[in-house]
Amino acid sequence: MALDRRLCRGWVHGVSRAAAGLAALLPLGAAHAAWEFNMPRGVTLISREAYDQHMLMLWWCVGIGVVVFGAMFYSMIRHRRAAGHTAANFHHNTFAEIVWTVIPVVILVLMAIPATRALIVMEDTSESDMTLKVTGHQWKWRYEYLEDGVDFFSSLAPESREAIYSDAYSREHYLLEVDNEVVLPVGRKVRILLTANDVIHAWWVPALGMKKDAIPGFINELWTRIDEPGVYRGQCAELCGKDHGYMPIVVRAVSSEEYAAWVGEHLAARETAAQAALRDWSREELMARGEEVYLTACAACHQQNGRGVPPAFPAITGSPIATGPLDTHLDRVMNGKPGTAMAAFAEQLDDSDLAAVITFQRNALGNAVGDVVQPAAIRAAR
Amino acid sequence: MSAATTHDAHHDDHHHHGPDPGVLRWVFTTNHKDIGTLYLVFSFLMLLLGGVLALGIRAELWSPGLQFVDPDFFNQLTTMHALIMVFGAIMPATVGFANWMIPMMIGAPDMALPRMNNWSFWLLPFAFALLLATFFMEGGAPAAGWTLYPPLVLQGGANLPFAIFAIHLMGISSVMGSINIIVTILNMRAPGMTLLKMPLFVWTWLITAFLLVAAMPVFAGAVTMLLTDKFFGTSFFSAAGGGDPVLFQHIFWFFGHPEVYIMILPSFGIVSQVLPTFSRKPLFGYESMVYATASIAFLSFIVWAHHMFTVGMPLAGELFFMYTTMLIAVPTGVKVFNWAATMWRGSLTFETPMLYAIAFVILFTIGGFSGLMLAIVPSDFQYHDTYFVVAHFHYVLVTGALFGIFAGVFYWLPKWTGNMYDERLGKWHFWLSTIFVNILFFPQHFLGLAGMPRRIPDYAVQFADWNMVSSIGGFGFGLTQLLFAWIVLKCCRGGKQATSEVWDGSDGLEWTLPSPAPYHTFETPPAVR
Repeated sequence: MALDRRLCRGWVHGVSRAAAGLAALLPLGAAHAAWEFNMPRGVTLISREAYDQHMLMLWWCVGIGVVVFGAMFYSMIRHRRAAGHTAANFHHNTFAEIVWTVIPVVILVLMAIPATRALIVMEDTSESDMTLKVTGHQWKWRYEYLEDGVDFFSSLAPESREAIYSDAYSREHYLLEVDNEVVLPVGRKVRILLTANDVIHAWWVPALGMKKDAIPGFINELWTRIDEPGVYRGQCAELCGKDHGYMPIVVRAVSSEEYAAWVGEHLAARETAAQAALRDWSREELMARGEEVYLTACAACHQQNGRGVPPAFPAITGSPIATGPLDTHLDRVMNGKPGTAMAAFAEQLDDSDLAAVITFQRNALGNAVGDVVQPAAIRAAR
Repeated sequence: MSAATTHDAHHDDHHHHGPDPGVLRWVFTTNHKDIGTLYLVFSFLMLLLGGVLALGIRAELWSPGLQFVDPDFFNQLTTMHALIMVFGAIMPATVGFANWMIPMMIGAPDMALPRMNNWSFWLLPFAFALLLATFFMEGGAPAAGWTLYPPLVLQGGANLPFAIFAIHLMGISSVMGSINIIVTILNMRAPGMTLLKMPLFVWTWLITAFLLVAAMPVFAGAVTMLLTDKFFGTSFFSAAGGGDPVLFQHIFWFFGHPEVYIMILPSFGIVSQVLPTFSRKPLFGYESMVYATASIAFLSFIVWAHHMFTVGMPLAGELFFMYTTMLIAVPTGVKVFNWAATMWRGSLTFETPMLYAIAFVILFTIGGFSGLMLAIVPSDFQYHDTYFVVAHFHYVLVTGALFGIFAGVFYWLPKWTGNMYDERLGKWHFWLSTIFVNILFFPQHFLGLAGMPRRIPDYAVQFADWNMVSSIGGFGFGLTQLLFAWIVLKCCRGGKQATSEVWDGSDGLEWTLPSPAPYHTFETPPAVR
């Protein structure tokens, strides 16, 4: 029943939007953002290069298409037998064949020159002002600001995850919103280093104009210099497993002053969290924090209700690990299970979050072990 | 190649024996026509199956959010759709044409290696039984994409060895089929049929067969390395063990790019037979067509990394693969110009095969244009792994390879069955297919440009509208193929008796045979001027 309702809502909503979109299209042509049909011009030198090359090639292709298809359609209209045309018998013309070999070569050279020039600019990562290291994980991104010491994970926002099975249209930026945004200063050349922890991912923000694969064991690099403040959204572009479609990227470009302030806040917040991990937490605090952590870190695989998607993603509810000895549970969450999608969360979460989420898993989702895990226990297990 | 002497239609009938009665005929047959039919029927079944999977994809993508399938099953759908369409539908269909037509076009009595021919076909049902069985295994079917990139593919469960063994069987089948085709063409041509008198379809298949023999073992090697990485402790592709995950991509695409020409070249050949017939004019630039096909085949081995511009190649590597890829536009352009020049000042009629051939030239060229755009590395960084790529390769493989196959079926069906197909229904099939396929795939260009990645089960709401349009096209195109089945069945069961020539502009040895072509043909070779 729930499925039916959600189906109906999706379809009805879709149809009404399609109708609205068509209506918007008719008078003015593509006023409606949803009927987007071209590459964004973007906000960086790189994205403008990509866009310019794209448009240049598009117009070349349109031009060639008009000539070739025009000749074919002329032939189809004028050289019909029904129009009384009798067939000529030529089957060879050396001059024509040389012409239509040489002209394409010339056109290709004309295409290759600006493309080469643009590519050289795009691949020049030298003389950058700062470095951001991006690591792909199934299915989240880790961002490390190598100079400023900021380090965090960024996952699909829980609000979007909740909307997957209810109403996608309830979120303006459905699937393109995250819990922790990447903040970058405008006007500074940022060198982005890319790698991955498990499988291959690709980091792509269309408005920044470039994507590159994040490959385990490799470090790739690209660069960006954002011209305009704003929020730019993208997502993983290389198939990376079940939640490949749920691995967004959000970049917030701000002025240098705002960026400095953000770094300060971030470091202060981390200090506060580190202090908090030194005290004992109440059961309620742990459960409340644990639920939040569960939604961003665990629910993608083990599902919001804890039932999982066996056999690849086992249930937490009633699981021998989550209801068994605490040591085993800690070990599995902190060190993962090699060869499966179960990641090692010791690197990803701090002591408080680990304590909270393990407490939550043992005492919610249908489990009731009754024990409480303190951050100190995590610290001891590290 | 034209000017065959009129072959005595009844000559063969005196001393040939017909097919064995009963179902076992199809199991034991070594007859090229029977095996051709088996290939074509098998490929159509696979087309429907792959199509059903595609409709599952389009249903899920009808609107944002998850409605029908979970993300893991969605990945299984995209992976299996591609594997089935590539190895089960398009490739066997073109082998079916090769079996039926090559002996009849070169004046040979059968394929050179008839028992091996039987074996190459009968490996396929077993290969696909293995592959499809993975749907019912714990963990389901392969879900890492048909490109099978490690490390992701190694996370798969029980399906991996089955899928790999299935791929091995398909590869053995393809290589044996190709050897057979090469041997047949090089050794069994009628006296007087020099290489440069062969019909262009025979030429394209000769070149395709060499591509297959060169490329399939590379793929077999790559998947075997996956197998040993997964089960025998090797680390070819595991960075943690000193291996290189990108190495797989290089090996895969060294096979994968020739593979796309393996799928399209036979259709080039079919279209090069159909256009002259209905233009009533010889093919323009026959020799340059042959050289262009050979050039494309050669270039296909030195462009593979254009599928990998985002893996982080050095600048020089990116430039090399950009230039070689752009170079393919030259021989491909020669072919398109020759086709247009074949139509030029002809006496055109528009029977269904001609409609499909013209649509092929136009729509394949659109796929070629997007291919040229994809070659430009600066913008490929934006296009890569988006729906723009999906639109591109469906234009070349559906409105390219598949439309060529449709053109060939309608063109030769009267020769195969002895009956004319229903022309009115054929035109319906053409127009419905052409309209729906463009509704299906053209908007995917827009989706990709606007930023929608491929292989995602769910998407941001700004992609909703074009996805719905695309899904409408998908369902229309899928249902239209039932009409195709009906037209072919109807034609097999009866219809207007076809003449030997079938089409009044037809030219070539196969049209000197009666319709339907007798079970054994050219037991004494025809003379070719």
